[in-house]
Amino acid sequence: MTVPPIDGTVAAAAASGETARRRHIVVRLLQDPVAICCIVVLLLLTAASVLAPFLTDQDPIKSSLAETLAPMSQQHPLGADGVGRDVVARLLYGGQTSLAAACVAVLVAFAVGVPAGLFGGYYRGRADAILAWASNFIMAVPAIIILLVVMAAVSQSTYVAMAVLGLIVSPSVYRLVRASVVSVREELFVDAAKVSGLSDARIMRRHILPVVQAPSIIQAAQIFGVSIGIQAGIAFLGLGSPTEASWGAMLNDAFANIYSAPLLLLWPALIICMTTASLALLANSLRDTLSGSRRRPTRRSDRVRDASSSSEGSAPADFADVADDVLLAVDNLMVDYPVDGGRRTVVDGVSLTVCRGQVLGLVGESGSGKSQTAFSLLGLLPPEARVSAGRLLFDGVELKGLGRSAMNRLRGKRIAYVPQEPMSNLDPSFTIGSQLAEPVRQHMKVSAKEAKTLLLALLERVGINDPARVYSSYPHQISGGMAQRVLIAGAISCDPDLLIADEPTTALDVTVQAEILDLIRSLQAERNMGVILVTHDFGVVADICDRVAVMHTGKIVETASVQDLFSAPQDAYTRMLLSSTLEDAKPRSPLKSTPKLPKRAQTA
Amino acid sequence: MVVFLIRRLLAGILLVILVASATYIMLNYTGSDVARNIVGETATPEQALAKAAELGLNRPLGVRYFDWLGTTLSGDLGKSWFNNVPVSTTLLNGLPVTLSIIFGALLLSALVSVVLGSLAALRAGWFDKTVQASAVLADSIPGFLVALVLAMVVAVNLGWLPATGFVPFQRSAVEWLRSITLPSIALAFGATAATTQQLRGSMLDVLKLDYVRTLRSRGLSDGRIVFKHVLRNAAPPAVTVLSLQFIGLVGGAVIVEKVFGLRGIGSIATSAAVQGDAPVVLGVVIVMVLIVVVVNLIADLAYGWLNPKVRAE
Repeated sequence: MTVPPIDGTVAAAAASGETARRRHIVVRLLQDPVAICCIVVLLLLTAASVLAPFLTDQDPIKSSLAETLAPMSQQHPLGADGVGRDVVARLLYGGQTSLAAACVAVLVAFAVGVPAGLFGGYYRGRADAILAWASNFIMAVPAIIILLVVMAAVSQSTYVAMAVLGLIVSPSVYRLVRASVVSVREELFVDAAKVSGLSDARIMRRHILPVVQAPSIIQAAQIFGVSIGIQAGIAFLGLGSPTEASWGAMLNDAFANIYSAPLLLLWPALIICMTTASLALLANSLRDTLSGSRRRPTRRSDRVRDASSSSEGSAPADFADVADDVLLAVDNLMVDYPVDGGRRTVVDGVSLTVCRGQVLGLVGESGSGKSQTAFSLLGLLPPEARVSAGRLLFDGVELKGLGRSAMNRLRGKRIAYVPQEPMSNLDPSFTIGSQLAEPVRQHMKVSAKEAKTLLLALLERVGINDPARVYSSYPHQISGGMAQRVLIAGAISCDPDLLIADEPTTALDVTVQAEILDLIRSLQAERNMGVILVTHDFGVVADICDRVAVMHTGKIVETASVQDLFSAPQDAYTRMLLSSTLEDAKPRSPLKSTPKLPKRAQTA
Repeated sequence: MVVFLIRRLLAGILLVILVASATYIMLNYTGSDVARNIVGETATPEQALAKAAELGLNRPLGVRYFDWLGTTLSGDLGKSWFNNVPVSTTLLNGLPVTLSIIFGALLLSALVSVVLGSLAALRAGWFDKTVQASAVLADSIPGFLVALVLAMVVAVNLGWLPATGFVPFQRSAVEWLRSITLPSIALAFGATAATTQQLRGSMLDVLKLDYVRTLRSRGLSDGRIVFKHVLRNAAPPAVTVLSLQFIGLVGGAVIVEKVFGLRGIGSIATSAAVQGDAPVVLGVVIVMVLIVVVVNLIADLAYGWLNPKVRAE
């Protein structure tokens, strides 16, 4: 029973949606059984109200003392009310008043809201500001209070009250139309139309109104429902003309007889609920149709399925250096996503191993499945993803089939993750200290104070000059490079054995990139971590990796030591990738002459 | 932030004055003869004229308006035309009733929508679908019909809670709670539905963000991530929706009070409006809009508290 909220998503969806698709919306709506039921109910109610004189010969207004609270009978199928009026007749004629008055509310709301929204959204500027201000004002006033005053002071008529209600809810139409107009106005075709000399009125009619149409129907249904409810409310309070039969007035009469004839309350209540619920469900299914509602995936991807029996697409496992120090051994990892009428495989039989103290580069173009591989190892893929593997051994423990809580004991504690985009990977609502301390306290079972001491030392270790200030800062108060250091500190805070870094330098300034890589390398050496470094940059690979796996369309095409890969790439795709990288190499990259090999690799 | 709040406060005061003025003019432009209503049908025309003169109704509207505006701004809401009781006294009697049920409803809406919205966002499937469908239906059904059903079933048939009447908190906290339970539940229905939908939607949006994945990578449990981080970040738009819904709660209270026979601001408004008791109606309008203004200010404060970027400004 409140003013319907402005639906920004619908406005935006409609604005971005192709106008050509509009015709199909009605067709699609008619495929939804709920929508059909609602339309049928509403049509029946309307028909019954319009045909009231033919459906009953009883008078809905004239009271008859003799038939006060008459029981159900041939003459009164649903009995008579507190002053002897026929309930059926009042329901039917009451529908006339209620439905027609609700139409008045909708018409007034649109008559005021649409021009105001078009005007404000199209011309913007001062007029728009004033309109926005006025609409905020109107929306802050409880509608029923205003209606009470109007009905007491101006007119008892339900129609007048509903016209006023239309005025009160018009800001919701104004906001919807304005939002749609503003988003359409940004589109190119409006500019094109302007350049080609079309008048503003014509642009509005031809290009803007069609976009506003569909969300407007939803809004109209909502306003219609709200006015049915509010109308009933004020009539229930006893305000309203005694010469008008309405559903609300029936409630008022029934309430007076609530103890002697409680059934009287049922009929008007039922019919009001039927009307408002049908309108709401119809609006809802229209909205779903409009925004092309996607079904939410129900499966969780935390658990990796067994795929040892499946042999398809499995690349030869890389067990060249299989030994006690193997930290991670992945066999035949597959990830696929549902698409229209099937599934799309993004990781196709990947096998790899990472040893303790070794840096494995996972290289490939965007879309090659390298990030998907990294996320699947952490169990961080979106719920619709399906992950399976023949073997997923981490430090001798099979991760496959591991439950969520067991996975949570590993994540952060033993396998850590450094994301690509530092700024979007910190929770903006909490201080850096508090979000870093949370996992530390959970995994290390330490007090808040101990966690803080530990983290301040770590922040200093990752090269932050003023750890105490950063610790108590919010993410928006620090720079991107600083944020990446914070994230690295967070990743290593629980002393993990394996660090998975997903393009950790891509989003950073060139000058900061080298520093961050040096930091990761030095932390890796200091703690003897295994690292999987996802990157598309062979410069990064040459800088810090020991081994490299090259990915292409979901498969690993080649795995080799860095030295071997740069000196004698085996796979055609690797060669192509390498040569293109060398051609585009940045000036700072030493790759052009001889690849600068990291110390560890040289001594190895 | 402080400047912003002061601006909002000034806009709120302006809103109260504008709405009250519009109400004043509407009430004084009516054709109905108030003096005649007060003295009764049997009185002579002279008596009616004398009453009108006593109330100052024979002066021009402009003079009366500014006179009224001056006394109202000084804090004097005048006396009822019908029983001569100061409007402020009447309102102070009704205010505890109305505030109890609307804040009861607000609290209930906030709690229930957080629980339902979070669970629906967290668990796709039948629970989510049920919550969504119920929210659409609950939002569409007029609150006072819910009130009527609750009154009949829970209070009259089952006798679990009182059907009518209000017990002041000072007399008995338990009885007070019992007396406001059903009205608050009835009132909370629509607001809960709208806030649940908003919260579910914004939580689903937040769940897709990068930092949630990063939090997950650190081994925090789903419950902790959802109820601490996601909820906190999804809360601001839900707070806005709840504060908009509050305006509806204030209006809804008028009808719910009638159902449960509560003598609150709403009932006072209804009877004064029917009688044409202008000072009382004006008093109610001013108080109700003031409550809305104050609650919106609180919502602004909550918004700032929830959003560090806003807070810093």
